[in-house]
Amino acid sequence: MRSAIHLASAALALAALAFTAAPSAAAETPDPTADAKAFQNYFTQKFPKLKLEDFVNGPYSMNEDMHKQWEEKEQFPPYDFSLDLGKEMFSKPFKNGKSYADCFPNGGIGIRQDYPIFDQKEGKVVTLELALNRCREANGEAPFSYVKDEMAALTAYMAFTSRGKPFDIKIPNDPRALEAYQNGKRYFYTRRGQLNFSCASCHVQNPGERIRAEILAPALGILNAMPIYRSEWGGMGTISRRFTTCNSQIRGVPLDPQADEYRDLEYYLSYVSNGLPISGPGARP
Amino acid sequence: MASTIRVRATSSGDTTEVQALIQHPMDSGYVKDAKGELIPPHFIQELTFEYDGKAVFTADWGPAVSKDPYVKFAFKGGKKGDDLKISWVDNKGQSDTTTAKIQ
Repeated sequence: MRSAIHLASAALALAALAFTAAPSAAAETPDPTADAKAFQNYFTQKFPKLKLEDFVNGPYSMNEDMHKQWEEKEQFPPYDFSLDLGKEMFSKPFKNGKSYADCFPNGGIGIRQDYPIFDQKEGKVVTLELALNRCREANGEAPFSYVKDEMAALTAYMAFTSRGKPFDIKIPNDPRALEAYQNGKRYFYTRRGQLNFSCASCHVQNPGERIRAEILAPALGILNAMPIYRSEWGGMGTISRRFTTCNSQIRGVPLDPQADEYRDLEYYLSYVSNGLPISGPGARP
Repeated sequence: MASTIRVRATSSGDTTEVQALIQHPMDSGYVKDAKGELIPPHFIQELTFEYDGKAVFTADWGPAVSKDPYVKFAFKGGKKGDDLKISWVDNKGQSDTTTAKIQ
């Protein structure tokens, strides 16, 4: 695992030619700001034609054909129905008269870019999906499944109201926050499953390449487009769905949605995409 | 309940280009659910676009058409501001209709 990080950082150094500090020192003292910069540099050097904000369109930014498909698709986006449902659900009060708006700053509008947050009271990462279900439970409603349908509709609406706002994930001055970030990073670069793939194997080393008929999305900006309508799924899916299906596709055993590891992973992956605009809900082949 | 049909029709003078997206499960009847039970067939059988009281496009669909189907076609004629009527009927006898203005 350590070697995977070294490999990745060696690749980053090669690509960026900007690593003056000794890699071992960098590994010992985590530096998220430098991580994010190196991460973004790696992708912009790998795809010199793309602007930073293009990465949020995933495989659709990878070549001209795909880009044309995306433009056509966006005229009549398949996530439209889910978005409408989300808007309706969001404005409908719970049985106790309160609503989702009461659980979030700014009434839940235009705040997607701030999630996941690190909750210093709990000492853990809180994702938007988790916050939504906690909001439901606090108001005496049953929680939704994390992977699709209602949860996807709600997050689709919340992402839609935040479109264009750059990811703004903060790591507070708290050793637990830094540890969560490090755990997420470790999860991202650790190989697992019968195929022995890490998240990075596909989404850092091979974005733009085909895996069977699909074009792999770059890890940079991958969460900006969530939730997505995946044609392959024939429906909407959340970040939880993406993480769990990625793990089963590499023939690993997925964790439960919103397990600590996934929360940390979302924290890391969102942080390194800081500055890229929210583009969700998205559509993917 | 919002309409299950989304339509956009744009006239370019001689022809009108129509795009439509319909929300429908389009179950073929051959797929099993999580419990292993067959999901009964449920699909749109007829889709019609009417302009000026005349059908300009009719589709006879079956179980092989995908979920939430999308259609795009063009027909000769059609003026800006005119109505285009879209309706579908499925194998359970359910249906939906909407009218869109040509832009």
